Amino acid sequence: MIVLAAAAFLAAAAPLPRATVPSTPASPVAGASPGAMSNGMPQPPATYTSVSAPPPADQVKVGGELYAVHCISCHGADLRGTPMAPGLTSSGAGDVDFQLSTGRMPLEVPGTEPMRGPPSFPRPQIDALIAYVVSHGGTGPPIPVLHHNADLTRGRVIYEENCQQCHGATGDGAVAGFGWLAPSLKASIPVQVAEAVRTGPGIMPRYAAADISDRDLDALVGYVEAMHRPDDRGGYSLASAGPVGEGLAGWIVGVGGTIIVMLLVGETLAKKRSA
Amino acid sequence: MIRALVTWMDERLGGAPFLRNALKKAFPDHWSFMLGEVAMYCFIFIIASGTYLTFFFHPSDARVVYNGTAIPSLRGRTMSDAYASVLKLSFETQAGLVIRQAHHWCANVFAAAIVTHMSRIYFTGAFRKPREINWVIGLTLLLLVIGDGFTGYSLPGDALSGAGLKIAQSIALSIPVIGGWVAFLAFGGNVPSAETTNRLFAIHILFIPLLLGALIAAHLAVLWRQKHTQFPGENRRENNVVGSPLWPNYTVRSVALMLATFGLLLLLGGLVEINPVWLYGPYDPWTVSSPAQPDWYVGWLDGSLRLGPRLALRVGGHTITALFWAGAALPGCIFALIYAWPWIERRLQPDEREHELLDVPWANPLRTATGVAVLTFVALLLFAGSDDVQARLTHISVQQITWAYRIAVWVLPPLAFALAWRVCRELQARHAYEEDHPPRVVLVRTDEGGYDEEPVPVP
Repeated sequence: MIVLAAAAFLAAAAPLPRATVPSTPASPVAGASPGAMSNGMPQPPATYTSVSAPPPADQVKVGGELYAVHCISCHGADLRGTPMAPGLTSSGAGDVDFQLSTGRMPLEVPGTEPMRGPPSFPRPQIDALIAYVVSHGGTGPPIPVLHHNADLTRGRVIYEENCQQCHGATGDGAVAGFGWLAPSLKASIPVQVAEAVRTGPGIMPRYAAADISDRDLDALVGYVEAMHRPDDRGGYSLASAGPVGEGLAGWIVGVGGTIIVMLLVGETLAKKRSA
Repeated sequence: MIRALVTWMDERLGGAPFLRNALKKAFPDHWSFMLGEVAMYCFIFIIASGTYLTFFFHPSDARVVYNGTAIPSLRGRTMSDAYASVLKLSFETQAGLVIRQAHHWCANVFAAAIVTHMSRIYFTGAFRKPREINWVIGLTLLLLVIGDGFTGYSLPGDALSGAGLKIAQSIALSIPVIGGWVAFLAFGGNVPSAETTNRLFAIHILFIPLLLGALIAAHLAVLWRQKHTQFPGENRRENNVVGSPLWPNYTVRSVALMLATFGLLLLLGGLVEINPVWLYGPYDPWTVSSPAQPDWYVGWLDGSLRLGPRLALRVGGHTITALFWAGAALPGCIFALIYAWPWIERRLQPDEREHELLDVPWANPLRTATGVAVLTFVALLLFAGSDDVQARLTHISVQQITWAYRIAVWVLPPLAFALAWRVCRELQARHAYEEDHPPRVVLVRTDEGGYDEEPVPVP
């Protein structure tokens, strides 16, 4: 088993499988590098190509070997699922890419809320796992193809109507109830935001094209990207905690500061004793 | 020059004897007597900054299309005229944002200063006969400041305050019998209505500030007439006031405090962001954000709603909703208790004497323990109002945190009462011991044959 795993790892990490990938889907490196951004907006297609074409057989094989090592104990043989985790036969490339590229899967502790972290697999292995899962059904949404859309106003309307109820007006995340957190959007790259919208990870609702059109999705992703640089023109934002931070600051600076002045100019027990 | 002006005035108005007397009025020196002055200077600051804002604010719910350049993500968006005018006064008006932020900070500090001032009055027994009138006026001032703060917070028509306005209207509607009329009077219809902002504006800049001004004048007049209380001490009796004369000693001190207050508020306004309505977006009923909190002086009411029971009663064909208990009945009871405390205390501890000398807090365990318990209760409600922020920070389920608060609000105040009572008793015993046992000394013979005194430490 260990030998198999090591072989699978070496095979996946070697340049060979990457060279056989027909398109380079959703590389987080490409998405996050400043060169790929223009004013915070994702550039037109080139970078993001849907994995809809049938993947080559050897990539599926590598993915299957990775699946057998890292995923099978929860998601079950042939992606049928176990009592611990759902089956993946109806998952698409968008779902798998989101879960793996944001480091949510594999879970450290099964049954807990998947949280963002460093990805456990390098890009070629993620591509291989996507190919494997898609070859077993893959009926779910593919990795969305994004286009540049400069309509921030439209993006903001979509965000305020659908997203800020959980992710907050500033995108810093908030409580979603019953132990679940709506994560901050500040670490997400555009394609991950789009994947989350289309696939609805965790308790997040899934928005199909009938709910949010592709055009609106482009605008929304552009607005979320713009939120990465919050417009704190009023000064220090107090960790965007809203009136909670403001109340604390009002008490500490306002009341605390004036009391210090009172102690300086007024009579205190210490002054009386030293007099 | 000044002398000539004063003489000119005196020959026509004849106020010199009063003025001469007034300038000599004695003000106690202890620092805690200045807590109320911060509130007074906040009132001056908030009127001045608010007047500037009225030049630019449009109290209108008319729908307009935003065509400013300050916030690109709002260009072409339909919003209320009020919200658009706040964006304009924040980003396209000289000093608009710093004045608006300082005005908002001032509201937060104003209410906090009143609470600290009232705590000083309460824990030293300064509300006792003959000062019950100023206790009642002072508490009314706190209520008015909370009301003025909430109406002001609601004016910009942003998504955050719009949600709060809807909650406030629902609470008003939940009051049995008169709720509908109260809500209609305060909000001009069903929130959001075309009249709401205009109605709140009149309440915010005219109705409440006039009442505040009149009551602050009455508060000071009663204080002037009754003179200050003072802590017991050397030469301090029931029939005198020991302190510094108003002019020049106390004036210098008070002006220093005034400048410090104004300076801190302007520093906060310039450096620390408050209520960034451009981030919250214009209000539409379906765009509530999360986390959502009101300002701190309303936060304890929000906490009360979060903890309150889902208890709807049907009484004679009318439904009393769950909102009523936590949103109106509980705060009503708390304020009624505070209003009535001077009379409750006199019933519990019969005392018809006039009091010009203050109690130190531990001298009256019942009063101090009650105050600590009530403050603990209200503080827990306030903390419960941000349970979702705490859940995010601690990664504990918000439902578990809410239940912890539901238990804590009934368990912790009695514990705080017992603890405060015990501490007061210990301090009383300690002071009684010190009075019975004046400091003793040990005589030590030195090598030269002389004698030195060494104090014996109090056990």
